[in-house]
Amino acid sequence: MKFGVLQFPGSCDEVDALNAAARVGDAELIWHADRDLKGIDAIVVPGGFSYGDYLRAGAIARFSPAMESVIAFARDGGLVLGICNGFQVLCEARLLPGALLANVNLRFTSRQLALEVVRADTAFTRACGSDVDTGGLASSPVRLSIPAKHAWGRYYAGKDTLAEMEHAGQVVLRYAPGQNFNGSLHDIAGVCNEAGNVFGLMPHPEHAVDELIGGSADGLTIFESMRLTVEGAPA
Amino acid sequence: MRARVLIRPKAGILDPQGEAVQRALPALGFQGVSDVRIGRLVELDVGDSTQLDAMCEKLLANPLVEDYEVQLLEVQPPSSDADT
Repeated sequence: MKFGVLQFPGSCDEVDALNAAARVGDAELIWHADRDLKGIDAIVVPGGFSYGDYLRAGAIARFSPAMESVIAFARDGGLVLGICNGFQVLCEARLLPGALLANVNLRFTSRQLALEVVRADTAFTRACGSDVDTGGLASSPVRLSIPAKHAWGRYYAGKDTLAEMEHAGQVVLRYAPGQNFNGSLHDIAGVCNEAGNVFGLMPHPEHAVDELIGGSADGLTIFESMRLTVEGAPA
Repeated sequence: MRARVLIRPKAGILDPQGEAVQRALPALGFQGVSDVRIGRLVELDVGDSTQLDAMCEKLLANPLVEDYEVQLLEVQPPSSDADT
């Protein structure tokens, strides 16, 4: 399978995303001004500061030619992963519910985090199975150790929307107890759309693909899940 | 036509910037300050002012989390160049 990784002016994590994707499949960059998605099977909207975060994070990137193609790709059921700024872009594009607001601590914060996998059966988390840390308890949720680094990561959605999302199983990842530094409602770290083919998260799985340099390779399970989904392997 | 768009966080949404400023003011000796909210101001010249609402809905504000208010400034304030 082939991943396409978008690149905006101001992106800074596209190369890590490209390298992470290349560990499980083929991967290539797609420039923001390019409408042609080059026949890719899945899209990664990477982290960084697209268009300088002017106006609001993701507000301008959402109208780029490449994003117009990604929106059509998502409407047709294509897999779209948004990481950090990419998550903000997907929310601005209304491909995902809610919005990301300034961290409650008003600081850019970078730290390794423990995340709980709420849904281990989605197109993006199906490989987050038994081979990762369960905290020693079989009944505990699977945890991922993945870093986050952002100033605008406080997930917000209206009360009714949140209730609908919880009911529909759209909350995929939560910050583990004590880890929600940005003030996200319901400790939400990652959400998917109703159809389950668009997923966004604030933490950076592409920075946790190698234990030697990332301290954890848990992030790879997100990319591996996407490969399994695209290649049609049974869950 | 000159227009001014005021964008503010919706009521009920936590505004940590406003809270930080609210905490800072008493430290400078200003008492009795409450409910500080911080938003954004966009000023622009527009040919067709009926499009302003659409501009706000689509780009200038995020209606999920922000309220906006459009003010039309009929008379353009004299620029400093005009005085010289």
